Amino acid sequence: MSFNDNNRAGLSRRTLLHAGAGLAGSMMLPVSIISPASAASDQPAMGTWPAGSQGDTVYIGATVPRTGAYAVQGEDELKGMQLAVEHINEGNDLLKQIAPKIDKGVLGKKVELIVADSAAKPNNAVQSQQTFINDKKIIAMTGATSSAVAVALNKFAQREKILYLVAISGSNDTTGKDCARYSFRQCVYGETCANAIGPVLVKNFGKGKKAAFMTPDYTYGHTVTKSVNDYLTSQGGWEMVTNQISPLGTQDFSQYLTNIANSGAEFIVNVNWGRDAVLSVQQAKQFGLTPTMKMVIPYQIPFLAKEVGPDLTEGVFAATDFWWTMEDKFPLAKAFVESFQKKYNYRPEWGAENAYMQFAIWARMVSEAGTFYPPDVIKQYEKGETFPSMVGDVKFRPEDHQLIRPVVIVRGKAAKDMKNEEDFWDVVEIVPGEGLMQKPDAFGCQLGDYT
Amino acid sequence: MINWANFISQCFNGLVLGALLALISSGLTIIYGTLGVLNLAHGAMFMLGGYAGWVAYDYTGSFIVALIAGSLFVMLVGVLMERLIIRYFYTRPQEDQILVTFGLGIVFVEAVRFFFGSLSKTVPPPALFQGITNLGFMVYPTYRLASLGIVTVALLALYLVLYRTRIGMIVRAGIEDSVMVGSLGIDVYKVFMLVFGIGAMAAGFAGIVNAPVVSIAPDVGEAILVQTFVVVVIGGVGSFPGALLGGIIAGEIISITSMFNPGYAYVMLFVAMTLVLVFRPHGLLGTAGRE
Repeated sequence: MSFNDNNRAGLSRRTLLHAGAGLAGSMMLPVSIISPASAASDQPAMGTWPAGSQGDTVYIGATVPRTGAYAVQGEDELKGMQLAVEHINEGNDLLKQIAPKIDKGVLGKKVELIVADSAAKPNNAVQSQQTFINDKKIIAMTGATSSAVAVALNKFAQREKILYLVAISGSNDTTGKDCARYSFRQCVYGETCANAIGPVLVKNFGKGKKAAFMTPDYTYGHTVTKSVNDYLTSQGGWEMVTNQISPLGTQDFSQYLTNIANSGAEFIVNVNWGRDAVLSVQQAKQFGLTPTMKMVIPYQIPFLAKEVGPDLTEGVFAATDFWWTMEDKFPLAKAFVESFQKKYNYRPEWGAENAYMQFAIWARMVSEAGTFYPPDVIKQYEKGETFPSMVGDVKFRPEDHQLIRPVVIVRGKAAKDMKNEEDFWDVVEIVPGEGLMQKPDAFGCQLGDYT
Repeated sequence: MINWANFISQCFNGLVLGALLALISSGLTIIYGTLGVLNLAHGAMFMLGGYAGWVAYDYTGSFIVALIAGSLFVMLVGVLMERLIIRYFYTRPQEDQILVTFGLGIVFVEAVRFFFGSLSKTVPPPALFQGITNLGFMVYPTYRLASLGIVTVALLALYLVLYRTRIGMIVRAGIEDSVMVGSLGIDVYKVFMLVFGIGAMAAGFAGIVNAPVVSIAPDVGEAILVQTFVVVVIGGVGSFPGALLGGIIAGEIISITSMFNPGYAYVMLFVAMTLVLVFRPHGLLGTAGRE
């Protein structure tokens, strides 16, 4: 017994000594790594700070879908990002109107974009961003399309303490129950689109209609369908006669469309996106559902009209972020459309515009904050200052990091009314954002910590 | 929507889908049955058919030409693939065969993406089959009806080749025992090449027929490959009638389940496959001992 006691006492003393030495060592380690300049006590090292912004260049990691059902939209998004980076680095006038303090780069650093294909899959996106963090010490991440990716990167951003600039993401959850302190969204989303397009539908088609919904089976689809249905049932007395839920990447919609054909619906509210939307719109026509049933697109798909042709989008109402003819109304939009078209030979769709704006806003926030230190940049966003955009003046809502911005309602033009080969949509209404949004806590947003 | 009209409509959908799956699966099953190679590039053959047909259509404006040129092109790709790569893998372990065909599949998909982009391409149905037909219980796209006919004719042609010609007899004998066929003095390797070509062509042909229905994109073959495997497992490896039966069963399961809840369509398909594997491990019409 006494032997045991002695033994235990000896072990614990030795362990204590080891632990003490280890602790002392580990406490010394960060001090020796951090350079004196950035070791200010109020800006402790975190994520890729300060290592990521110590060179001449800062890197932003982009994971966009370049393959799969959302590939077309991903490429457009990427072009918007590339143009923005180019404009930041050359101190372009357009970008300076949004971010006045940039000067051939941000805070004296060039910005470089590194890109990986997410295939619209959350795992791929997170893995690539992790690689970017390890290899390039990226100071911000971007890219979504698939809200499933956005939600995953939200959580990843919060954990890694690296800013995430959400690209295309329509789910309520992105700035709702899955919001994050480190994440910011500039585009429109399910709830705002529903509240913007709902009144237009009720006004144009009347009350008490029957609608069939087509919903892709993930966070984006379910939240958009819910928001639209909530509005139409409560404000218009519409009825959802069927909700056809399909997996992302569905090619043959015959089963779903057959169910809709037998449902007695007068409207098809098509929430599908990317190629799923293209195929479902084409096949709805093949099955003779449209134009007898009217198609409604609550969350616009870039290139939909280009891919299916104006005959299928004629008369279709859609809610969107941006359409290029808004250049007539907003000078920034005009400058953007011109400069994009010059570089890429087509007029930008809303994915590109959204991506460009994300980066312009980021450049503004960092240059205004005067530092890359993430909590300070976040606080700059959270000041909620008003700044110009391609859709007029906008500001961030500090409680959930959602941009307060208008939703654009468009209606498909007939082929004979098109003034050029990309004149697919008429802008019917630009609905101010404030009245469209839910209360900041209504979708359960809890932002999380700064550090 | 659970009513008779919808039930009959969905059964019909199942038949159209099933026939298409049967055609693609028959290509996969005769290749695996004869050569013992599980061709994971089979989905890519389906995709290549669609693109070859689209290119041919773009040049000539004729759907018939697209159909013929497209299938011959995919047959040629199949033959080249067998001659240049696959034949070196006959004696290698099955894992190597799976890896090499899987890799080839990726190469084909990315090559097509490189040359044609990710934007989906539309092949319009031939003028004769445009519009919709009223079947009484539902209106149906005329082209989908026609595609059922075209696929049925193709399956019939495949049947005649396999069961009414000398070469078909050799192929069927090869499925049962290729070593024995070799010892009888028949050049099995020439037969293997032909089988690979015909198998690929079946998928390519289906790809063209399906193009006007769904429009084509580089990854159009991925989803169909999985369904095709299920069909082969249900029907029985190496069995042409099995591919037919498996195709129809799979098509009907997907369609009829969709009537109740589309979310469970593939769950039910895999449940069916599991049941077959438990109670008839060689498939409904398969025979023990076939590789």
